[in-house]
Amino acid sequence: MELLQLVIGGLANGCIYGLVALGFVLIYKASEGVNFAQGDMMMLGAFVALGFGNADQLGLPFGLAVILAMAVMFCVGWGVERLVVRQIFGQPQFALVILTIALGFVFRFVAGSIWGYTPLVLETPFAGRNLRAGGIVIGLADLVAIGATLGLTGALWLFFSHTRIGLAAQAASQNQMAAYIVGVPVMRINSLIWGLSGAVATVAGVLYATRGAIDPNIGLLGIKAFAAAVIGGMGSLPGALLGGLIIGVVEPIAGRYAPGELAQMSPYIIMLVVLVLRPGGLFSQMQMKKV
Amino acid sequence: MSLLEVEDLAVHFGGVKAVDGVSFSVEPGEVFAIIGPNGAGKSTIFNLISRIYDPTRGAIRFDGQDLTVLKSHDIATLGIARTFQNIELFDHSTVLDNLLMGRHTHRTTNFVQDILFLPRVRREERAHRHKVEEVIEFLELEAYREKMIAGLPYGVRKVVEIGRALALSPRLILLDEPASGLSVEETQDVAFWIEDMRRDMGLTVLMVEHDMSLVTGVCDRVLAVANGKPLAMGTPAEVQAHPDVQAAYLGTGAAA
Repeated sequence: MELLQLVIGGLANGCIYGLVALGFVLIYKASEGVNFAQGDMMMLGAFVALGFGNADQLGLPFGLAVILAMAVMFCVGWGVERLVVRQIFGQPQFALVILTIALGFVFRFVAGSIWGYTPLVLETPFAGRNLRAGGIVIGLADLVAIGATLGLTGALWLFFSHTRIGLAAQAASQNQMAAYIVGVPVMRINSLIWGLSGAVATVAGVLYATRGAIDPNIGLLGIKAFAAAVIGGMGSLPGALLGGLIIGVVEPIAGRYAPGELAQMSPYIIMLVVLVLRPGGLFSQMQMKKV
Repeated sequence: MSLLEVEDLAVHFGGVKAVDGVSFSVEPGEVFAIIGPNGAGKSTIFNLISRIYDPTRGAIRFDGQDLTVLKSHDIATLGIARTFQNIELFDHSTVLDNLLMGRHTHRTTNFVQDILFLPRVRREERAHRHKVEEVIEFLELEAYREKMIAGLPYGVRKVVEIGRALALSPRLILLDEPASGLSVEETQDVAFWIEDMRRDMGLTVLMVEHDMSLVTGVCDRVLAVANGKPLAMGTPAEVQAHPDVQAAYLGTGAAA
């Protein structure tokens, strides 16, 4: 019973890691580089939702606040690609790494100067409410996290596999040159993907905030989510989600049954084991190049 | 009026004059080839037409429309399709999906209609699949329909790329060395297809090619280039007999 409770809590946590990892993968496929500000986009998204929703701020209804925050963060992601990332197009991958690390600092500074550095609590309709069923206690926030993640990934799947623009994005991620010559505006698609990953990060941020207080440094969670993306194979959306869930479930179980330090290290241990056994990640898209 | 007009086209990369003062025009229904030794600037001319490079000077007009003011992704919408010397396909997708992607510019349904899968979306999808099946039948790709590109042999991938270009329903098709790396038999197939593209599909073909048997077999006119500069233009026989062309291919000694 206790184990089941740990697993459900872990799954909820894993959904948050998975959504941030999803953002890593989206951008990796579009811009062929890692956005190390992904965790900070999650943090900023959570604060923007708090700014719209909390009673002492704008005081809008929770659902509306989340939708507005997603829209704002879509614009932030879109703008970052359009105004910053595009300027270094054609530079070595390392340029994007440094650039996004710097962006992360900027996001933290922006959040800190607006909302301060003391932890704040996002007001939600389901904070602290629990469900009891057959001897186990499940936080309503956990169920919301799992449900929202399922819904969002379903919507993303529909988008990428069934819409003209989503298919164009898939094409551009596989071969930019080929995408151009069949008429796909690759640059515009890249901006859209950055916007999308800003919106997804916001959902992750809001889910994080329903489970505890937030401060400008919660973006460091991005490092664990990066491990999740690597476990999943870096180029695979389902892989990223699965990587997040694995880390999310293992962490509390390791924390309960193993020495405390091990729980902290567990995401990275899993990442190392996966990299040793399957260097391309669980959902590897890499193939041996024929010479 | 010519379908494609290229006038005094030049592109310089630093001090390298990759293309320098090339002019030619392709008439509707014509099969036109650009030949020349390696590094002559043939593929660069294609990349200029595709708007992958910006020309240093000169004009490119398609059906009267100035291409140099357009973006790379606008070219397909005008009805210009192409293949690449080094094959650019969507490697992690099937042959069918690659060809369907060629229909991108002909898709008119929007995001919301797509998600709801309205009757209009279904009708359009059926039409696109019908067109793609025509291409599959034409190029005899039936056996590979559901195969991933990454696992296919070189010759088949080359044909799939031609197929994707045809799926665009273009008016002008640019073929970058369609016969390179192919067997004699496969090259023969390419020659038949080019004939059919012109005769049955009313296509205009512009190609870069090394294989002179293919060029003399299917082309109306040939432009020879070397070191980015035009050498000679005319029928395949005229160009092959031109002293400058022989010199460029065989060294100056042969022309003397």
